[in-house]
Amino acid sequence: MGSRASTLLREEEIEEIKKETGFSHSQITRLYSRFTSLDKGENGTLSREDFQRIPELAINPLGDRIINAFFPEGEDQVNFRGFMRTLAHFRPIEDNEKNKNPTASEPLNSRSNKLLFAFRLYDLDRDDKISRDELLQVLRMMVGVNISDEQLGSIADRTIQEADTNGDSCISFQEFIKASLVEKLCETCF
Amino acid sequence: LLDLDTQALSLHTTWNSFLLSLTDWATLRIERGVNKDLDSASEFEMSDIFYFARRGVESIMDDEVTKRFSAEELESWNLLTRSNNNFTYISLRLTVLWGLGLLIRYGFLLPLRVTLAFTGVGLLVFLTSVIGLLPNGRMKNFLSEKVHLMCYRICVRALTAIITYHDSENKPKNGGICVANHTSPIDVIILASDGCYAMVGQIHGGLMGVIQRSMVKACPHVWFERSEVKDRHLVAKRLSDHVQDKSKLPILIFPEGTCINNTSVMMFKKGSFEIGATVYPVAIKYDPRFGDAFWNSSKFGMVSYLLRMMSSWAIVCSVWYLPPMSREEGEDAVQFANRVKAAIARQGGLVDLLWDGGLKREKVKDTFKEEQQKLYSKMLVGTQEDRSRS
Repeated sequence: MGSRASTLLREEEIEEIKKETGFSHSQITRLYSRFTSLDKGENGTLSREDFQRIPELAINPLGDRIINAFFPEGEDQVNFRGFMRTLAHFRPIEDNEKNKNPTASEPLNSRSNKLLFAFRLYDLDRDDKISRDELLQVLRMMVGVNISDEQLGSIADRTIQEADTNGDSCISFQEFIKASLVEKLCETCF
Repeated sequence: LLDLDTQALSLHTTWNSFLLSLTDWATLRIERGVNKDLDSASEFEMSDIFYFARRGVESIMDDEVTKRFSAEELESWNLLTRSNNNFTYISLRLTVLWGLGLLIRYGFLLPLRVTLAFTGVGLLVFLTSVIGLLPNGRMKNFLSEKVHLMCYRICVRALTAIITYHDSENKPKNGGICVANHTSPIDVIILASDGCYAMVGQIHGGLMGVIQRSMVKACPHVWFERSEVKDRHLVAKRLSDHVQDKSKLPILIFPEGTCINNTSVMMFKKGSFEIGATVYPVAIKYDPRFGDAFWNSSKFGMVSYLLRMMSSWAIVCSVWYLPPMSREEGEDAVQFANRVKAAIARQGGLVDLLWDGGLKREKVKDTFKEEQQKLYSKMLVGTQEDRSRS
């Protein structure tokens, strides 16, 4: 008479995920049933097609990049742990957390980890720099066919010019942090 | 920001709210750009992706559409294992109760209901064929009505459906079209046991086909061959011919085109709203505590679905007959369809969605993505035009 969902997710696993991501017990079980409902193949992992099936995600201009963020380098399947680890970046920052455990490693939803997530949406080849091409790719995804190549190119050039402080025509993570009006937006968007 | 534990749904989640939030954010961005010193302002900011990333992850955690195509989650358990995805083994007493329920349902209720079902269907086929031999006229119509009602009522008993009809004064009349939200094939039996309708549908083979062919002998229904279904003009013509003949019964149509899980009403296909007849909306709401009536056709075939229905406790539902509506001046078919859909959703306590029920099987169209891209581009290019003017 046990339920399908919780026999596959043991208490120890829930505790581990809780420690790693900071989600509460009920949030984890809720996200687990969401995970299983997306998992049409019922093999305990999600593929890119499973994500594409969500209409609101399929129409998001950055949908493919966001889906990519869930899959580790070169892999096509993501399990529940990986799923939760990525979602943890979007947990709101709570003030009382900072005092809880000063010796623990930085939580997944810290400000700089959130920014790293956003940085990685641009930096497809993971070389820790956003090149002009990578910037153009993301811009093209967001504007579709409505802006010409030249106009888009000049927008990209201007952005790099303003953000690039060490003159290598690429945007590093530090330059990214400075450039993206971070403090205010981070609070409201994440 | 994201409260994962609340289940509260707003009553009107529409595509417009999607676009509205995008325009709100875009306006904020433009205002910020205007306030800054023009020389150092850039229209595009790297942080623009935050907005899309947030929307994307929100939809991964929970979205409005995919959950409509699987059974509704219940807050409490109704002693049916099929609805208890989230409950674990708790106590011996509960297991005993559940076992007893199992015995009653499968040992007593199910055989009784199956017998009734066979009786009802068999009588329907036999009697309608007999009536078909009579010449057309008032006698035939009268008898056909009685036979249909009687057989459908037997089927209702076979499912132990406890139906409450509201506002029967608004029942559909001849020459009209009755539209209702669609949850399962049982909807037809529920409506047809309280009034006589002309059914619309594709001719099937097998048992279904036999029933369809004998029904049409007693009174005119609108059955299409498979090849004719694709031809929209032919379909529209046959339907409008039918409604114009006032001696024929009102047509029963489910404009969603597919079964939805009874928590929402999805996009209505505009075909039936173009014909110009009076529309009689009907809202059907099942009580999920007694048994989930939703037919998940990708998970269960028709026969196993019916068996599950007949082994639940009962099917409890409410039917509301809403006042008739007609297309108003200056309103096109789509707006009319949305108006009817909103009325049905409001009455049944369902969420009114603009998404197409066809998304159950097909991918979403790219036009939605393109609209978002256009809006974002306008924001970027718009500010550039302002700057070149100054």
